[in-house]
Amino acid sequence: MSQSVAIIDYGMGNLHSVASAVAHEAPNAHISVTADESIILAADHVIFPGVGAIRDCMAEITRLQLGDTVKKVIAQKQPVLGVCIGMQGLMTHSEENGGIDCLDVFPAQVKLFQGSAYEANQHDHLKVPHMGWNNVKQLNDHPIWHGIKDDERFYFVHSYFVDMSDPEEVIGQCDYGQPFAAAFARDNLIAAQFHPEKSHLAGLRFLRNFLNWSGE
Amino acid sequence: MGLAKRIIPCLDVDNGRVVKGVNFVDIRDAGNPVEVAKRYNEQGADEITFLDITATHHNRATTVEMVEQIASEIFIPLTVGGGIRKVEDIRAMLNAGADKVGINSAAITNPELVREAAEKFGSQCIVIAIDAKRVSAKGEPGRWEIFTHGGRKPTGIDAVEWAIKMTELGAGEVLLTSMDGDGTKKGYDLELTRAISEAVKVPVIASGGVGNLDHLVEGIIEGGADAVLAASIFHFGEFSIPQAKAHLAKNNIEVRF
Repeated sequence: MSQSVAIIDYGMGNLHSVASAVAHEAPNAHISVTADESIILAADHVIFPGVGAIRDCMAEITRLQLGDTVKKVIAQKQPVLGVCIGMQGLMTHSEENGGIDCLDVFPAQVKLFQGSAYEANQHDHLKVPHMGWNNVKQLNDHPIWHGIKDDERFYFVHSYFVDMSDPEEVIGQCDYGQPFAAAFARDNLIAAQFHPEKSHLAGLRFLRNFLNWSGE
Repeated sequence: MGLAKRIIPCLDVDNGRVVKGVNFVDIRDAGNPVEVAKRYNEQGADEITFLDITATHHNRATTVEMVEQIASEIFIPLTVGGGIRKVEDIRAMLNAGADKVGINSAAITNPELVREAAEKFGSQCIVIAIDAKRVSAKGEPGRWEIFTHGGRKPTGIDAVEWAIKMTELGAGEVLLTSMDGDGTKKGYDLELTRAISEAVKVPVIASGGVGNLDHLVEGIIEGGADAVLAASIFHFGEFSIPQAKAHLAKNNIEVRF
């Protein structure tokens, strides 16, 4: 039986890109872009993507009752990959949009890149959003990093970042004025702040590693 | 180590073909957009920008189809601009697989479009495209105005103030084209690039006038640009993306290899 991959669709973001990158790495996989809980729970691998603002994302997740679905998938031990807002949505709370409660799978806060280094009207200040290719330092030998060199560059585009309370769970670190969690993992769950589907060969390898991963 | 400066080849697309820069009188065919985009993806371009320069109504469907084809073949970010007038146009491009959408003259007639789009789709995918022309006399402090209609129509709007206003409304990036430089191969307007890059919080892409690889270096070091866009130097094989990156690296600029 061919592999099944569910990409959770809550109406936010460019799911086309995620689906075409998955299809590129797993040409025989059956890929569903869906909000249907039964399909998501039955899939071999689940991707929780998202772009946009956290308020609208969480509102749609709530409206479609996908928060519980995500938690069930994690509890069922299926390999799950959260990407960008999908990663931030797994945290306790985000500062964006005046403060939004998230799914609280990980006890961490999502914070804005701010401070003097990011202010305008100065020479070569750090721009926000953090947009472009930055190095990711691998903090352990998680199977998701197989074949990817340490400090490889991945594509980021975000103004808010995950401030990790538990460094044990951070598997990739990036630096933009301050260090932040680029990727983390717990049991069958992996999350990335960068966009593997937009990170060319390194990103495709990251996705392939995820699709080949049993979740252990 | 650290965030790399980006090199962005730009596809100016007219009637389904990549053509040499917008302001060139002598328009040369540079190939099929899907093939050209694939080539740049393979060469290690950091992003690709697709500008629909015909952007007439009956061509929209073709453009959407082309964006779909490109998006399914490349695994780097894709920005699409040209003829974006309303929220539905943005949605159509994002659904077709664009990661970012450039808004240009529609923002001048309706600045609220930028706010609305940023709220709906997120600032990260809304690029404000600014076509500016120097209006200060020689010796005066630099002053630039926004021009529309390929640089023929002045608007009276100050370019720096416009960039600040548009990014405050929610645009997440500025694509800054010097209309004086575009097509000249004399290099970016560095003073303009520096003025806008320092004035706004968001990343700035320098565009217009690249004739050699030193111009890319100047745009970043002197202009303070976060990304440099060029078209014709790449299209006709004068320089490759790896050559451009090697040249930036030699000048101590962070690039992705």
